[in-house]
Amino acid sequence: MLRRPFFWIIAAAIAAFAAAPLGENVELRESLLLAAVYITLASNLNLMLGYAGYVNFGSVVFFGLGGYFCIWLMGAFHWDLVPAVLAGGVAVSALALLFGLGILRLRGIHFALATIGVNEAVMAFVTNFGPWGGSTGIYLSTELFQPLGGPAQALWTIYYLLVGIMGLSLYLSYLVRRSKFGLGLLAIGQNEDAAMVLGVPAPRYKALAYSLSAFLPAVAGGLYFFKGAFIQPADAFDLTLSTEAIVITMLGGQGTIFGPALGAYLYEELRGYLLVSETFANFQLVVAGALLLVIVLFAPGGLMGFFYRRWPRLRRVLE
Amino acid sequence: MSALLEVESLSKQFGGLRAVDGLDFSVNEGEILGLIGPNGAGKSTVFNLINGVFRPDGGRVAFRGADITGERPFRIARRGLARTHQIVQPFGAMSVLENCEVGACFGRENLPLGRARDAAREAAARVGLGDRLDMPALHLTIAGKKRLELARALSARPALLLLDEVLAGLNPTEVAGMIETLRGIRASGVAILMIEHLMQAIMSLSDRIVVLNSGRRLAQGKPAEVARDPAVIEAYLGDPGMVQAARR
Repeated sequence: MLRRPFFWIIAAAIAAFAAAPLGENVELRESLLLAAVYITLASNLNLMLGYAGYVNFGSVVFFGLGGYFCIWLMGAFHWDLVPAVLAGGVAVSALALLFGLGILRLRGIHFALATIGVNEAVMAFVTNFGPWGGSTGIYLSTELFQPLGGPAQALWTIYYLLVGIMGLSLYLSYLVRRSKFGLGLLAIGQNEDAAMVLGVPAPRYKALAYSLSAFLPAVAGGLYFFKGAFIQPADAFDLTLSTEAIVITMLGGQGTIFGPALGAYLYEELRGYLLVSETFANFQLVVAGALLLVIVLFAPGGLMGFFYRRWPRLRRVLE
Repeated sequence: MSALLEVESLSKQFGGLRAVDGLDFSVNEGEILGLIGPNGAGKSTVFNLINGVFRPDGGRVAFRGADITGERPFRIARRGLARTHQIVQPFGAMSVLENCEVGACFGRENLPLGRARDAAREAAARVGLGDRLDMPALHLTIAGKKRLELARALSARPALLLLDEVLAGLNPTEVAGMIETLRGIRASGVAILMIEHLMQAIMSLSDRIVVLNSGRRLAQGKPAEVARDPAVIEAYLGDPGMVQAARR
């Protein structure tokens, strides 16, 4: 493990994320925080999309529900941040397992549509769910930042926690890729019927992957919405974020470990530029859409796929 | 000799078509049983019913003494029953070695990844793919993909191997090589149930032959007996009386 160049590259990336905004560069920190969230979402999405070959259009539901559980536990029951986000992660994973056992009977486009359905159904439920504030959502008192050393310090703590979650996401991708479980998922992604004939317990593996891919995004959602001390259905279950996660994964290279991280970083840089540029204000989604089309048509393997084809030896160094 | 696989009054209907209709036969330990019949006789359907791809409408399948009727394919694979597909189904983007690892990991011995790699190497070498381990399965020739089907199934270290036309599409040299490989597999104690259209090959390989026509068993016995059976000749060539009449 320690001998693999991959491990050191990940460690260096995390160190860069941790060190870059030091010296109170808040603007850079906010940009990197979003990049860390994108990497977390894309990297976990990749477990389903890149490994098992199932397109999950509604992955934001994990992020949003994780946020809700965390905010609710902290606001209504005065839990501390860490237990609240972890409980959110566990709860969302368990829910994902239930949803997964249901919708993973579907394949291809039908599965993709069902994942949007799950997100919309959860959003409709939460919008009408009194204890979670219905359509107005939940506000947290800023006093909850006190245990973390006040609002300013708390933002730094949340940033570091999110960078940690990002690192864990990449490590999880690596662990799964190197395991028997991952081999089974890859086989399912290539040809599910043949995989089952060879003995891969596809229904169980798919449900596990779906559930596993929910945990870290849910934790990240908890941290992200705690940072704003506010959550509402329209933000928590915004399909835009799901779409962005797909674009990122495809851009970087689905099925690779580095791909989603590279894609997320590039996408966040691009988004940052498009958001501040006057001509292109709010234009990033159009660009994302166009980008997705170009990738699907001309480079289905994404950037990593392109690199590997160009320099096959790279495959031994990177993952 | 005890029966490894027992099929009793197996039936499957697709719409108005009785694809398999009350079929009985058994495969003994260590034997090669050939399953032949005209196109559309239901041979591949029989395979799909045995290994759980289709659920039978009636009848029973027992493997190594356990009733496996209607079980999911992955459970049946775990019990030590492996198969190849008539139309090759490689995991295209994965390497030859990885393809075989899947067979080894999830087959009878449920091996951990490290030992699965050894089993996979061994199986790939056995079918002559030992020098192409790192090649993506997509890039293999048709003959190579057929071999890969066999290697993947062998990696599972099965007790019974179902082979669906592994010789089809191979040139004569490749057929001769494959026949040697199959003899070697049988010699290592694995029983084989095979569908094959190449009569010469299946007649020389099989210990016994079951002939299927319109989903029913038309005949069974030693290859030479089956070849002389008038009912079999009729199914393949038409009415033997007519053949004789034409000769006269």
